[in-house]
Amino acid sequence: MFVDLGKPIADGVNQFVRHLIVNYGDGFEAVSGFILKILLFIETGLRDLHPAVLLAVVFGLAWASSRHLLMAAGLTFLMWLIGCFGLWEQAMQTLAIVLVAVLISALIGLPLGVLSARSTRFRAVLSPILDLMQTIPSFVYLIPAAMLFGLGKVPAVLATVIYAAPPLIRLTELGIRQVNAEVVEASRAFGATRWQMLRGVQLPLALPSIMAGLNQTMMMALAMVVIASMIGARGVGETVLLGLQRNDAGRGLIGGLVIVILAIVLDRITQNFGRRMQIRGGEG
Amino acid sequence: MSMIEVRNVTKIFGENPAEALRLLREGAAKDEILAKTGCTVGLRDVSLEIKRGEIFVIMGLSGSGKSTLIRHFNRLIDPTDGQILFEGEDILKYDARRLEKFRREKLGMVFQRFGLMPHRTVLENAAYGLSVRGVPRAEREAKAMEWLKTVGLEGFEKQYPGQLSGGMQQRVGLARALANDPDALLMDEAFSALDPLIRGQMQDQLVELQAQLRKTIVFITHDLDEALRLGDRIAILKDGALVQVGTPNEILLEPADDYVRAFVRDVNRAKVLTVEKLMKPPAHRIAHDDLDRALAEMRKAGETYGFVYRSGAFQGVLTEAALQVAVAEGSSASPSELAQEPPRIEHGSALAEALPMAMGTDLPLAVMQDDQLRGFVHQERIGEVLAMEPAPEPPAEAGPPPAAREAQKQAEDARPAA
Ligand SMILES: Nc1ncnc2c1ncn2[C@@H]1O[C@H](COP(=O)(O)OP(=O)(O)OP(=O)(O)O)[C@@H](O)[C@H]1O
Ligand SMILES: [Mg+2]
Repeated sequence: MFVDLGKPIADGVNQFVRHLIVNYGDGFEAVSGFILKILLFIETGLRDLHPAVLLAVVFGLAWASSRHLLMAAGLTFLMWLIGCFGLWEQAMQTLAIVLVAVLISALIGLPLGVLSARSTRFRAVLSPILDLMQTIPSFVYLIPAAMLFGLGKVPAVLATVIYAAPPLIRLTELGIRQVNAEVVEASRAFGATRWQMLRGVQLPLALPSIMAGLNQTMMMALAMVVIASMIGARGVGETVLLGLQRNDAGRGLIGGLVIVILAIVLDRITQNFGRRMQIRGGEG
Repeated sequence: MSMIEVRNVTKIFGENPAEALRLLREGAAKDEILAKTGCTVGLRDVSLEIKRGEIFVIMGLSGSGKSTLIRHFNRLIDPTDGQILFEGEDILKYDARRLEKFRREKLGMVFQRFGLMPHRTVLENAAYGLSVRGVPRAEREAKAMEWLKTVGLEGFEKQYPGQLSGGMQQRVGLARALANDPDALLMDEAFSALDPLIRGQMQDQLVELQAQLRKTIVFITHDLDEALRLGDRIAILKDGALVQVGTPNEILLEPADDYVRAFVRDVNRAKVLTVEKLMKPPAHRIAHDDLDRALAEMRKAGETYGFVYRSGAFQGVLTEAALQVAVAEGSSASPSELAQEPPRIEHGSALAEALPMAMGTDLPLAVMQDDQLRGFVHQERIGEVLAMEPAPEPPAEAGPPPAAREAQKQAEDARPAA
């Protein structure tokens, strides 16, 4: 009754991946090397930083974004707890991966969001792809990613990007589409080029929405930390994974707590920045 | 010289403009085309010319295509068919670059809901057009500041648009459009979102500005009073087609059809119409000294007065009554001695001013311009025009139209003084 489609598809994909490795291996290696360089730069930077300096930075950012002393102190205290749990190093590794993943997501996501706000056709093509990126289990692309880029941090970052970029793309698009049509028309009527319109009107007015997207992307990147550690990304994810593998529930819990702390700190800071932008946009 | 010229412009919104265009040429109605092709007719074979320095008002009901038409002038919308010329140049030939340059240098636009940028200050908003042009900050802000002063917004430049009232926001919109020093100003229902009081002030300000600037202004409105107050000429659109173009007087006196008539129904004609529109050359001239002959000729012509001329110069008006008395008495006076000086009224005065004068005399009014006699307005004609039956109305609503009532009242008020 059933035609066997599974085997030909599986074979086809395998062949395709093998083909990519054989023919474009160097290209992937170059990309991989480049990402790795950035990642290592950020990671060593974070690890070399004296924890006190980082705590001060967190305090500063939290205060700048919320203007709330209590909030700033609370977030700094949470970060300090990470050190007390003995997972500072790992947390820095995880933070580096998350930051690089968010950076790449932004580099890809913003232009895609802008394009799909501009062209309904482009959006019609992109939208199902974004759905797919969000729903397909990450293990499915972890395997080919590991084959193409080798085990380690780079495929972990890329897998994280695939999972985490869609909300940024969607919210960028939404933000731009929601900009008051008459304001955009005014800018056009005064002879603004597309770029002037984008930079001077659409992006600034979409900024609260873009910030919300960035926040979501960051949260989703953190959610990928444990899965990413399965293909060799170091960090807190690895701690949790080891806890699981060694039946060490306590260790797993501490790792989990650290991830939650990172999530809370990043979430509060980005959300408050987003809200400040909204207030400014609203008052004017 | 014409500033903007539109030739046979048709705009069809929707997926199948070719088919819709074909139906349109066969004379199908807007609804029919929508039902058959799913396309909306925005404009239908519109041709018009806008002259340099005039305020050209576009009127019409909601959905009649006013916004669509004005957006063709700066190509925010491109026509499906037809030609658009600006200062004689075909702007449809412009590529994107050239079009941007054209919009920056030639046109300013003011929007119904202001279209200000909420994230920029009032000053930055007013300077927006100049910043798009790449004018350095100091220079553009100085210029924008000047215009903000002109529209009465000095001291508000550091505020954000959201902190200002509607009227003030629209002044920012006006300053922004003027800061570019455009040749033409496009105003799409620029004052419609404002309270009546503020709206009147804005109209005054625009009239004042226009007296100095002499820009070409295209102004859209729903409001006939606004149109008559501002417009040098008025175009009336219906379902995307141009029904009539003309001066306010022409629109009021010779409405092209019932649609236009319905528009002008409630207008206070006495305030809007001007005397020269009713002005006639002297009908019956008396240029000799024979009183008997003059009386006979006047009766034959069916006139109740004549205009006395002596060697081509106007001497006065001689009524049949006065002539009759003189003939009966066997007077030896000449017609110029018997003639009376008619009341004088300035060219451009509203009928509301002419009315009390007309009530106090039997003579026609002499219309003067720069101390020159231009012609005469007969009292009966004033009465006729003011009482002019506007749109054909159902009998239930019969009775004097508001304009006539108003005229009557004014006449009564004026009587004791005259
Ligand atoms: N972008 C568009 N897509 C489809 N139809 C449109 C579009 N813009 C306008 N129309 C249609 O074209 C017709 C004319 O619209 P337009 O906005 O020019 O009317 P208007 O006279 O400015 O009305 P209003 O007084 O309500 O502003 C309407 O039937 C409208 O539905
Ligand atoms: Mg409109």
